[in-house]
Amino acid sequence: MNLFSFHQAAQPDEAIHSVAGDPHAKFLAGGTTLVDLLRLNVETPDTLVDINALPLAKIEALPGGGVRIGALVRNSDLANDKAIRQRYPVLSEALLSGASPQLRNMATVGGNLMQRTRCYYFRDAISPCNKRQPGSGCAALEGYNRIHAVLGTSDKCIATFPGDMPVAMAALDAVVRTRRRNGAERTIPLADFHVSYGDEPARESVLEHGELITAVDLPAVPWLARSTYLKVRDRASYEFALASAAVALDLEGGRGGRIRAARVALGGVATKPWRSHEAEQALTGAKADEAAFRAAAEAALQAAQPQKHNGFKIELAKRTLVRALSTAAEMKV
Amino acid sequence: MNRDDIRDPEEPDAAEDQTGWSRRVFLGYSLTALPAVRFAAATARAAGKVAAHGKTAGPAVARSTATSTMPVTLNVTLNVNGQEQHLQLDPRASLLDTLREEIGLTGTKKGCDHGQCGACTVLIDDRRVLSCLTLAAMASGRRVTTVEGLAHGDQLHPVQAAFVKHDAFQCGFCTPGQIVSAVGLLHEGCPDDPAAIRECMSGNLCRCGAYPNIVAAVREARGGKSA
Repeated sequence: MNLFSFHQAAQPDEAIHSVAGDPHAKFLAGGTTLVDLLRLNVETPDTLVDINALPLAKIEALPGGGVRIGALVRNSDLANDKAIRQRYPVLSEALLSGASPQLRNMATVGGNLMQRTRCYYFRDAISPCNKRQPGSGCAALEGYNRIHAVLGTSDKCIATFPGDMPVAMAALDAVVRTRRRNGAERTIPLADFHVSYGDEPARESVLEHGELITAVDLPAVPWLARSTYLKVRDRASYEFALASAAVALDLEGGRGGRIRAARVALGGVATKPWRSHEAEQALTGAKADEAAFRAAAEAALQAAQPQKHNGFKIELAKRTLVRALSTAAEMKV
Repeated sequence: MNRDDIRDPEEPDAAEDQTGWSRRVFLGYSLTALPAVRFAAATARAAGKVAAHGKTAGPAVARSTATSTMPVTLNVTLNVNGQEQHLQLDPRASLLDTLREEIGLTGTKKGCDHGQCGACTVLIDDRRVLSCLTLAAMASGRRVTTVEGLAHGDQLHPVQAAFVKHDAFQCGFCTPGQIVSAVGLLHEGCPDDPAAIRECMSGNLCRCGAYPNIVAAVREARGGKSA
């Protein structure tokens, strides 16, 4: 692990100032990704600014009926929040499907949005990796790529976005709030927060260096109570997704009714939390039955491009989505 | 508290050779010497990076300055099992290594050191977390409880007693993490059925496969059925 200097910030602007002024500085929140990657020599910052003491750990009701989640709310606290469980069950379920109780007690909402890929070649700090060392090549393209992405890939990088919470947030139309130097704030729809890799896989989000996530806002949409998250993986718990689906359905007259609107996002198969407007269009206006769900799944995976070892993910993701939609359609809300 | 006060009770004095060095003390000093070696390597690497990027004057110079003036140690105060510990630490020190190598509390185990096994589980402010992925400096001013802090004198914590009663271990390496994790589970609450307990304990791996007895012990400790 490279040596770094460490200090704790008490206020957001102090933290932002410290990081923005040093190109090799990083914010440190829960540490569940960053400390791991420091130890692997994948991350080599000169300065860590510990932001855990910043006053950003509240879950608040917004005037219009939405919810504001502070960036330092721990995953476990968010998952168990009563309002979240009732109004956005997909989010609670996604959080509880991720990692372990210990890690959920540590990980934060802001940090979870910045989670790095589990690509073995990215993590070993030796293999060619365009994400870790731009221009060095991609060992995963020719290597073992069973866990890699089938959507959003490029000839530079096929690393999967590993998270669950951001997939649910993508389906919920969440909005990320940030703060930059000089107090400038901005809001970024979650769907625009992560970027597809293209030619620049090292860039994973639209955040600028030194820009701090302060909160995530969830909109007030009553039918999001009919939402669920399904995660399929190699073992029953404490494992990353091979495929996951975050879905919400607005059914005319409730259970058994036609689909007025739908939200679909996929995890474990794409280079970023993958909102599928194609699947949503296929569902809108349809009867909520297996044929419609299957058509949506075909639409969601139409652009999928398999690698040598991950072709199974395409059918797995389709079935995951069909089952998640079936579950949502049957929910008593 | 110094290292000699925390000798393994089962380690006979005869294990100290004529130079007065016990196995554990020797290992302890060997391990604490390592960061100094790593530091030298890291500094050399950083210097190499600066040289490699020499033409980009701005950041490279800043990095060079930062490297040469970087404080090598931090003053960190930890509250561990009710005792204040004033420590001077390398900023890279994990809470796990600090507990084991600086404070001498070797009950907390290092399994994977990457957040994948749960052997290093401790409580911070009564919540279970992984000490391998927590920098010691992040825990400054917070209340850390390790497996050594659970019993009251000779009276075992109910979770410890239940693990003994149900023979909930084989080699024992994961056991401190399992026990501390189960104490955290009791604070959090978990439904009393085996499937739920398994999920609530999923962050602790046991290579011996003592899971059925671990589930039984946790159920007993939380006041439910144990069979």
